[in-house]
Amino acid sequence: MAQFFNKSANNIARISMVMGVVLAALGGFAFTQLARSSYLTGQFVEKQQPVQFSHKHHVGDDGIDCRYCHSTVETTASAGMPPTQTCMNCHSQIWADSPYLEPVKASFRDNKPIEWERVHDMPEYTYFNHSIHVAKGVGCSTCHGEIDNMPAVYQQNTLQMEWCLACHREPEKFIRPKSEIYNMKWKDGDLDAKERLDLKSDLKIRSKEMLTSCSTCHR
Amino acid sequence: MKIEDKELQEKLHPAMVEGTHDFASVTDKISDITLKKRTPFHWFIGFGISFMVAQLLLFSVIWLLANGIGVWGNNQPVGWAFDIINFVWWIGIGHAGTLISAILLLMNQKWRTSINRFAEAMTLFAVACAAMFPLLHTGRPWLAAYWLFPYPNTMGIWPNFRSPLIWDVFAVSTYATVSLLFWYVGLIPDFATLRDRAKNKYFKFAYGILSWGWRGSARHWHRYEITYLILAGLSTPLVLSVHSIVSFDFSVSQVPGWHATIFPPYFVAGAVFAGFAMVLILCIPLRRWYGMQDFITHQHLVYMAKVMLATGLIVVYGYAMEGFFGWYSASQYEVFMVKNRIWEGPYWWSYWLLIFCNGASIQLLWFERFRNSEFWLFVISIIVSVGMWLERFVIIVTSLHRDFLPSSWAMYSPRIWDWSMFIGTIGLFFTLLYLFVRFVPIISIFEVRTLLPDAHVHGHHQDFEENVNEVEDTYDKTDPPKK
Repeated sequence: MAQFFNKSANNIARISMVMGVVLAALGGFAFTQLARSSYLTGQFVEKQQPVQFSHKHHVGDDGIDCRYCHSTVETTASAGMPPTQTCMNCHSQIWADSPYLEPVKASFRDNKPIEWERVHDMPEYTYFNHSIHVAKGVGCSTCHGEIDNMPAVYQQNTLQMEWCLACHREPEKFIRPKSEIYNMKWKDGDLDAKERLDLKSDLKIRSKEMLTSCSTCHR
Repeated sequence: MKIEDKELQEKLHPAMVEGTHDFASVTDKISDITLKKRTPFHWFIGFGISFMVAQLLLFSVIWLLANGIGVWGNNQPVGWAFDIINFVWWIGIGHAGTLISAILLLMNQKWRTSINRFAEAMTLFAVACAAMFPLLHTGRPWLAAYWLFPYPNTMGIWPNFRSPLIWDVFAVSTYATVSLLFWYVGLIPDFATLRDRAKNKYFKFAYGILSWGWRGSARHWHRYEITYLILAGLSTPLVLSVHSIVSFDFSVSQVPGWHATIFPPYFVAGAVFAGFAMVLILCIPLRRWYGMQDFITHQHLVYMAKVMLATGLIVVYGYAMEGFFGWYSASQYEVFMVKNRIWEGPYWWSYWLLIFCNGASIQLLWFERFRNSEFWLFVISIIVSVGMWLERFVIIVTSLHRDFLPSSWAMYSPRIWDWSMFIGTIGLFFTLLYLFVRFVPIISIFEVRTLLPDAHVHGHHQDFEENVNEVEDTYDKTDPPKK
């Protein structure tokens, strides 16, 4: 009986068997990578704001403390966005005529808040509180990166749950003394492992079980 | 020991192929359904109806996804209802296929041969219908991947391995995979037969791809036999494990009426019971419509009836034990549950209907008259299928609707979308089955050939190995391979 398939069908069959497995594996790998890509997380993507405000200039060059504007970071869940009046403390005197500042002046004049674009957008089902993190030795730059080098602020980290848990499982790897919270140049290596463990007990950071309990973040 | 008495021998080993058949006539008769005969009119009617009913499923699923699972009737305290009832019912039906294909193969029961193909197909389609319910009851099945499967997800956590629900995911997905492989491997030689006999170019092509270049050489058969045995070995524990694990969904919890040690064996027996009922429901009309009485003989039906009776009695024992456990536990919650389920509660009728379907109706199978009647077997099988559905209804709804907190007691009644989805899966099941009957040999051609008197094939693989070597030796000597 005549062969229905050409001899090359043998190779096609073999290749398709191998490729089936390889493509499935590659597809699975691609999926896990895509899920962590900045395309989906927004990591490293600079957000354009209604005012050309530069953290690099205000924090890096001028040395203004974080808390001058984000004044409630030590006491409430939200770090707080400054009212236009805070800007005008200085800008009623300096650069008062700059066209760059027109949106700020307009806001002040009309008594309408500036509508900043939110950079770090936490999902509604998570409970996040700035004050507890600051109180337990988590510095600004641990999560937000070196803000003093960012002309336009971007999200330094993925904000995915695995990123949160990396610290909640081993906080001793990321904490710093409370005096260094607002230090943008702090490196994790500035304390050795033992000092950090001592710090953990000094700051009364709770156990891993408490920190990774569902209701710690999902209430 | 050789039995000389011819009559006794006939009784112990009845011929599983009737009529006068040889290799060619068996092949003709089975392959002609797919290749030669005109598709019968009743096929179009049956397929049409099933396909329309399957659209009900499509519509129900779209409606469910658009509106959320609030369209179903389940609500506190009956948080699980049709979704899990139907899941367990379908999964249970699949078990007969695996039992027939694996355990009966290992036990050398020849009568499995002509029913294993469509029983396995039934398993696959039943598992497909079953899998839909747990996926859809999550409400957002596209997210179910990370709820169900352990993979390095962006949350940095694994599913809860201590939960029987995750064991369920593993059990059912393994079951589906092994069943599919088993079915497909068994089909390869038959697909090759169809490829060789097909006249239509497209059929030749499709069956050619599906048969993976099978030529039926001694080497092919040798490998086939080994693979088939390995798969049978893998499937055998699955017959027991899958429904045991499904029963853990209930028995690992603390709900009175669920928390009982009898559950795993009782569920497995119930699954085989329901499965054989479904095999009978399918094979009684099938053998008649396609004139397969020579291969699926009267004797097959009788054997299946006996399996049904045996497993049914185990299930009835399970019901008795449930009552006994409740009383013997001396726990007021357990005692209350038993009373509530059987006579005090509002669902007492479902319990007694269940006892009628699964307990009383099968008693007829003790009598030869009923075992020999196709009509009665068909009727009893349908009653049993209803009964096995009711069993899950009774276990789930009567246990939940009176939970520990009297303030949350409530009644459960299914809504139209519960029913439409359930009926829709029945439509899907029969749609797939009709497609299977049309395009795949419904009976294993080559295995039925081995049942014929002129085929005494030895199954031991060492024999095959020797044969292969022998064949290759002669091949090497007489006919050196050409360049």
